[in-house]
Amino acid sequence: MTKIKTQTISPQNENILIRLKRVESQFGYIPEESITEVAQSLDLPVSEIYGVATFYSFLATKPLGRNVIWVCQNLPCHLKHAEITIDNLERTLGIKPGETTSDNKFSLELTNCIGACDYAPAMLINRDLHGNLTPNKISQILKLYK
Amino acid sequence: MIFDKIRKQAIAEWATLQQSQQPRILLGTATCGRAAGAMSTLEIMNQELARHNIDAIVTQVGCIGLCYIEPLVDIVKPNRPRICYSSVTPKIIPQLIEDYLIKDNPRPDLALGTIGDGTIEGIPRLLDLPMLKPQVRIVLRNCGHINPEDIKQYIANDGYIGFIKAINMGPERVLGEIKKSELRGRGGAGFPTGQKWEFCRRSPGKEKYIICNADEGDPGAFMNRALLESDPHSVLEGMLIGAYTIGATHGYIYCRAEYPLAIERLSIALNQMREYGLLGDNILGANFSFDMEIKEGAGAFICGEETALMASIEGKRGMPRPRPPFPAVSGLWGKPTNINNAETWANVALILQKGSEWYDGFGSQTSKGTKTFALVGKIERTGLIEVPLGIHLRDIIYEIGGGIADGKQYKAVQTGGPSGGCLPASLLDSPVDYDSLVKAGSMMGSGGMVIADEDTCMVDFARFFLSFSQAESCGKCVPCRIGTHQMFAILERITRGEGKLRDIEQLEQLSQLVKTTSLCGLGQTAPNPVQTTLRYFRDEYEAHINKKKCPSLVCTRLINYYILPGKCAGCMLCLRDCPAKAIVGGRRLVHIISQEKCTKCGACLDVCPERFGAVVKVSGEKVIVPSKPIPVATSKALKNKG
Ligand SMILES: Cc1cc2nc3c(=O)[nH]c(=O)nc-3n(C[C@H](O)[C@H](O)[C@H](O)COP(=O)(O)O)c2cc1C
Ligand code: FES
Repeated sequence: MTKIKTQTISPQNENILIRLKRVESQFGYIPEESITEVAQSLDLPVSEIYGVATFYSFLATKPLGRNVIWVCQNLPCHLKHAEITIDNLERTLGIKPGETTSDNKFSLELTNCIGACDYAPAMLINRDLHGNLTPNKISQILKLYK
Repeated sequence: MIFDKIRKQAIAEWATLQQSQQPRILLGTATCGRAAGAMSTLEIMNQELARHNIDAIVTQVGCIGLCYIEPLVDIVKPNRPRICYSSVTPKIIPQLIEDYLIKDNPRPDLALGTIGDGTIEGIPRLLDLPMLKPQVRIVLRNCGHINPEDIKQYIANDGYIGFIKAINMGPERVLGEIKKSELRGRGGAGFPTGQKWEFCRRSPGKEKYIICNADEGDPGAFMNRALLESDPHSVLEGMLIGAYTIGATHGYIYCRAEYPLAIERLSIALNQMREYGLLGDNILGANFSFDMEIKEGAGAFICGEETALMASIEGKRGMPRPRPPFPAVSGLWGKPTNINNAETWANVALILQKGSEWYDGFGSQTSKGTKTFALVGKIERTGLIEVPLGIHLRDIIYEIGGGIADGKQYKAVQTGGPSGGCLPASLLDSPVDYDSLVKAGSMMGSGGMVIADEDTCMVDFARFFLSFSQAESCGKCVPCRIGTHQMFAILERITRGEGKLRDIEQLEQLSQLVKTTSLCGLGQTAPNPVQTTLRYFRDEYEAHINKKKCPSLVCTRLINYYILPGKCAGCMLCLRDCPAKAIVGGRRLVHIISQEKCTKCGACLDVCPERFGAVVKVSGEKVIVPSKPIPVATSKALKNKG
């Protein structure tokens, strides 16, 4: 990869977050080496880049499974028994939130409101929304992902 | 002028569409429709139309807010009112097409209501239904009626007329019009929009920015999602007017990444604006150049706060900074910046289209216009509504919302999400406007309304919001970082039954401290859920602390399940179903739950046949049970004796 040396970041086009998002879409997560690389090319301390990478919950700093499940854990979902959903996912996948299945198929993450409270309890798998979840529905939904 | 020609053409096309002799079908495919299976309905519908050789015009529209009965399909036949059908699943659609489109039976049993002139026997008018009657849909006027991916349909419905008026009026008069409308920000705090614009307009500097805040992260809120997915141009037109008035050269729409469909439709809309000369250099020859772009969030609630949002656009950590300087003086890259919520921008377009005098006809003395709200939680009809400000809470909950789900009792509604507070039944008759809500200890917030019923524990309720705030605190300032953490720890302790007498007092002190010393709005408002639940539901806190009792039977550490010896028939159902293997018993023996092993999942209560009703859930009381399983008859005899 050729490194572009830029002293000042041109406001509109290049900034840390944009660079990190690009890295993430390339590798599926942000490897440590990329953080160093971005830091060098922007002439900024590694800590600053690392700070941004770890600030945003949608930027992953460790490898994730092929599909990432984001289950909503907020009150509106809780009032519609989100805990049953979370429990069901944990048992079906055999992992806890923050973990990835051994076949690398799914990562399970808890998230805050995804703006689908009208379909509570809700979850995102990658960017697809699934709502009104019941244990039955969950097992069918999981089958849709390879 | 070129726009005139575009507009004439759009209106003509729209009229042709309305008068079409072909049947027309409108299907709601916003996120909510999709979550209910609208895309499968669409697929089957297209197959069926092809199979029957029906040449119908199918349009995908946005959301009319009736989330609880989606997918919604509207069918228009020539010279008939449009009929709206609810819960149209892929199973129902073939029958509906056959019955109405082929056999001309409008199926009143499946219909929700009619829209437009004329009546159809057995079907009420949609706008007469209790959930729609009290609503005033002016911001959401196009939602569910036009194709959000077609700028011409927006233009045909008076779209961009507000902007045309603006460039004919000149910036100063537009500013006057917005000030006169008394529009207040819809993003939460209700700051007067005209005043904010004026600061930015008067700020020295050639380069200025405007921003649309579409980061909507409050748990319980999805109004901006629905608006942007259903009518993106109404927001973009408002931004165009704002940019022209303020003198901005560049605009950003900061939209959370959780809303991919909104982002997609916004980018389609922006491209169409460029194509029609509504963005770029010298727009419509008005000597005004402006462009805008979408910035996708990356999953951080705090980025909804304006200074954090700007840091995030700059690519940094989304950390708020102290104000002043206000964004109007020093915002994005240190340049004067004006930021408004998506709904505020949509109001701007409307005010310019119709005039501030017309706008004055809606709302209350201090809160003009309408507000969109999302109804979620324990409400019968979840959905997105728009009501005039000043409406009574009771009308929202009972008329529009249809009351509490499952026939339960109302306990409270949380407005303003984690920054707001709860309103008990005694406030059901108070008006919903900026000032009344603040007086009640809550705030308008962005518009989420989370409804709690009698089975909701208010200590647990507050704990949930605090858990949110402490997790989303960016950590920059100490009172918010540590204070919310401490408050959360105390609430956790209380819900676990380990509350101490001093906890209430300490919560009150911490609330005050965090409120007054935090750097940004997150910390300054995070204690609101605690303060209001303490104000209106103190008895629930006291029961948890003093009696180790959760009156609503929610807090698992404080509840117990027992099997009543006099009622157990020894059927063994609960024993088989208990995932924790916490039940001992046997055929025709009285079953006993081991309190040590019980995980309080409630499975035993669910499976115990209604005719026995032997399992009970209690808090703060003990039920005497035998020490080991005894034959059922013995216990029956015992019970009969004494
Ligand atoms: C923690 C926090 C989160 C916020 N989130 C949002 C949000 O999601 N959307 C929004 O429009 N305003 C949000 N705000 C308010 C913004 O800071 C800002 O006041 C608002 O965008 C101004 O727009 P308005 O004047 O049109 O209301 C938030 C404020 C705080 C303190
Ligand atoms: S609370 Fe779960 S989607 Fe909003």
